[in-house]
Parts: sequence; structure tokens; C-alpha cells
Amino acid sequence: MLEQQLVNGLTLGVIYALIAVGYTMVYGVIELINFAHGEIYMFGAFFCTTFIGAMGVPFYLAIILAMAAASLMGVLIEYVAYKPLRSSHRLAVLITAIGMSIFLQNLAMIIWGSRPRPFIQEAVPAYLSETAVRLGDVTLTWLHVFIFAVTFSMMIGLNLIINRTKIGTAMRALAQNRTAAQLMGINVNAVISFTFALGSSLGAMAGILVAVYYNSMYPTMGYVAGVKAFAAAVLGGIGSVPGAMLGGIVLGVAEALGAGYVSSLYRDGVAYAVMIAVIIFRPSGILGKAVVDKA
Amino acid sequence: MLELRDIHTYYGAIHALKGVTLTVREGEIVTLIGANGAGKSTTLMTISGVTPAREGSVTFQGRDITRQSTDKTVAMGLTQVPEGRMIFPALTVRENLLMGAYLRNRRDDLGKDENYVYELFPVLKERRRQPGGTLSGGEQQMLAIGRAIMARPRMLLLDEPSLGLAPIVVENIFAVIKRINEEGTTVLLVEQNAQMALQTAHRGYVLATGEVILEGSSQELITNPSVRAAYLGLD
Ligand SMILES: Nc1ncnc2c1ncn2[C@@H]1O[C@H](COP(=O)(O)OP(=O)(O)OP(=O)(O)O)[C@@H](O)[C@H]1O
Ligand SMILES: [Mg+2]
Repeated sequence: MLEQQLVNGLTLGVIYALIAVGYTMVYGVIELINFAHGEIYMFGAFFCTTFIGAMGVPFYLAIILAMAAASLMGVLIEYVAYKPLRSSHRLAVLITAIGMSIFLQNLAMIIWGSRPRPFIQEAVPAYLSETAVRLGDVTLTWLHVFIFAVTFSMMIGLNLIINRTKIGTAMRALAQNRTAAQLMGINVNAVISFTFALGSSLGAMAGILVAVYYNSMYPTMGYVAGVKAFAAAVLGGIGSVPGAMLGGIVLGVAEALGAGYVSSLYRDGVAYAVMIAVIIFRPSGILGKAVVDKA
Repeated sequence: MLELRDIHTYYGAIHALKGVTLTVREGEIVTLIGANGAGKSTTLMTISGVTPAREGSVTFQGRDITRQSTDKTVAMGLTQVPEGRMIFPALTVRENLLMGAYLRNRRDDLGKDENYVYELFPVLKERRRQPGGTLSGGEQQMLAIGRAIMARPRMLLLDEPSLGLAPIVVENIFAVIKRINEEGTTVLLVEQNAQMALQTAHRGYVLATGEVILEGSSQELITNPSVRAAYLGLD
């Protein structure tokens, strides 16, 4: 049974990782913990079912459209709520982000109702629930395979964007020294928007995967997922993209082990315990640099 | 080429520039000297649009750029090498240089410019795969200047390029400034090292507490008794 738990933990872990990179990238460029990121994840799932249910869009296309819609939403949130506060105290922006998170949860409740609803099962290709691999007691469905394939290719794509493209290099430059980036002629606003778009599309994908995996979605689903992904980002070293990926996977597995060895009641507690432990013992995270070097 | 007319710049309530007027003509090296806190860096940041002026006007090549965003000003060919170098520490030397060319046309031959920078500062070529933050102070200054050259500016704003560098490195950097000027780049040079600056520049302005208190050719300023006493430490 433990092996199956591990598979499930790993599956959740890669999804946490997908959300966590959104936190960490935004933190990298504007030093903000974007509390509304969990709501982007939730909206991703709802956008996807809305495209399927109300417009009859096929599953895979609906995923892509939902990611695009969530990107747009992320960019809009930054533009409306965070940009006007860019030269204000950091606390002001943080409080705004919390407010934005609450606002979006309530907006979702108004639009879609507050009760959990299933993902539209008829739209999900049937083969996804079939068994792909059976190894002893462990069963991997095609959905597991799909989740791993999607998250891994997105992580690789993200790494290529950040490390090999001009806009990705500009993102890193901006994170290191905003004034210098500005003096190079980098359009700071455009790069920040791009960062939100990128992080939001990955967050939306995570929301869709979870909604399909658990066959359930609800307006407050972004809260717990957001906290866990944030813990993953902190664990990996906030601001570090590879760290966020690693943190997500480690957290997912730790949760599965915690649930398996201790009690499944403590599953959610693991994320908090990990976050507290990191803050006490290694505030810069696994792959993060010392906090002070952000002069 | 560049004209500042009666510039007033504030940091919140702090009135940092109180009516600065200065001109730089095409092909010149003009220096801006003054004590700590005089407003030299603020002047450059105001020109670049990082701290835009509240009053007055900045004109570059006949166009009003007073409140223009920095990227548009850089696109017009006006690039700044800021005080304290501000290289990107976690980007490699090469990536730093490419960021300098951020607004260049993607069809441009950046390799040629990169080689030109390596010719000016050979040490950068050896270090091109190394993170910028691992360079020595002097090498970082070379990188900061090289990065700005990658933009192919018509005019360069340089903020204290000699700060904290060994005399031999200072010589090297000033020789490069002279060379790129002779090759057609106009220069506005902010310096604490008034001696070096006045030897290199054609003209100069002296700034004190946000105001221009003196201006003239380098020769005039070098022989001016108050400049000699206050900024050159002579007489
Ligand atoms: N970000 C800021 N916030 C508030 N005041 C500032 C800021 N930057 C500069 N000042 C003030 O503006 C004035 C001019 O500063 P500026 O940096 O332009 O001087 P400077 O001539 O470049 O000095 P230095 O030779 O030390 O570099 C100073 O009184 C300084 O304290
Ligand atoms: Mg200065």
C-alpha cells in the first residue's frame, strides 16, 4: 500500500511543483508572495469546465484555452492590483494580494456556486482512467502518465524559457537588479506581465489536473493548494525555480509518507510542519541562496 | 545633442536638483564633477527617466524626453552605465553583454559587437562563461561599460567609472572612454576623480547641492582657483 501512496504523493508533488514555480517566479521579479495565485489555480479548473460545459470545447483544447484565460487573468490582476503599489511598502502589496485572493474566491462562488462539483467526466477521454502500468501492488493509470508527462514537459519548457530565451534572461536580470534592467532598455512592465502570464498558465494547468484527478473542484480549493505550493516554494528556496520544482516533489512525497506512516489525518499538517522546519533550520531553502544577497 | 533646461528633481520631499541646466554637443566628452550628494547621479537618472524631473525639460536629439520611459530613451541611443556598476551578478559575462543589446534588432550582428567589447577588455573574453558576480571590481566596471557599448549608443552616460579602482585600471578605462568617443560616441562623464575627468573631457560642469555653480572648458576649470582648491586638492 505504501508504494501506491508514494505514487499518489509523487503525482501530487509534481502538481505542487507546477503551482510553486508561479509563486517563486513572481517573488523573484517583484518580491511579492502572490496570495491570489491559489485562486488562479482554482479558476483554471473552472474555466476549463466552463469551456467544456457551456461551449462544447473538446477536453485538450479546453485545457489550453483555460491556461490562456488564466494567464490573462494573472496579467490583469497584476495590472489592476499590484502595479499601482509598486513603489509602496511591501506590506501594502501583500495585504492587497490577500484581499485579491478573498475577492476571487467570492467571485467564483457567485459565478459557479460554493458547493464542490465534479469535473465533467463525459469530456475526459475514457482511456485516462484505464490502467497503464501495473507493478506488483502499484497501479498507474493513463491519467498518472498524463500528469507526469504534462508536468515534466512544462518544467523542461519553463527551464528553457528562463535560461535560453531573451525574455527569460530579462526576467532573471530584472530579479537581480531592477534599475539596471530598466537601464538596459528592458520594458520592466512587460517582463513582469510575462512572468504573471507564465506562472498563471502553469497554475491553471495544475488546477485542471487536480480537478480531473480527484474529480472535484470548489471555489476554496486554491487555499490549501496555495499554502502547500507556497510551502514547496519556501522549501526549495523562494525565488529559485529549480528549488520550487524540487520542493513540490519532496513535499508531495513527504505528505504521502506522513499519511502512510503516521495517519492520513496529518496529511495537510505535513506541509505546515515542513514550512516551519525550513523557516527554523534553513530559511533560504534547499536551493535558495542566503537571503541577504538580495541587496 | 543633449540639453537639460532648468531641471528640478525630487525624492519625495527632498529637492535633489534645483534648476540644473547643461548642454552636451555631438562628439563631445563633457564631465560633471561635484562633491558627494551634489546630485550628479540624480542628474543622470533624471536624463534616463528613472527619476523623472518634476520641472524643466530634457531634450535629446531635438526630442523632448523629460518624462519618456527609459526603454524608449535607450532605444533612441542614450545609454547609462550606472554608479556602482550594477552588473547582473548571477548572469554570465556573456549574458550580461547580451542584456546590454536587449533592444537591438535581432538581425543585427551582435557577435561583432561582442568581439569589439572583448577587444577593448580582453579579460572579459576569458571570463565570458563566468557569473558576473565573480568578477573583481575593476572587471565588473569593464563589464558594465562593455554591456552599455553592446547597445551601440550614440551617447553614453557614465557614473563614476573610476570609483574604487586601482590607478592602472582607471587609466585603462579612461583610455577606452577616449577611444569610443573618438569613434563617434558622445559622452557625459560623472566623476569624483576630477583630475582624470578634466584631463579627458572637453568641457565640464561643477555641481553643488543640486545646482550648477561653474561651467567651462576643461582648461578653464583646471586653472580655476576654487576648482583647484575644492575638487583637485591643489594650492
Ligand atoms: N533614493 C533616494 N531617496 C532619497 N534621497 C536621495 C535618493 N538618492 C539620492 N538622494 C539624495 O539626493 C541628493 C543627491 O544625490 P546623488 O546620488 O545624486 O549625489 P551624487 O552627486 O551622485 O553623490 P555621490 O558622489 O556620492 O555619488 C543627496 O542629498 C542624496 O541624499
Ligand atoms: Mg553618485
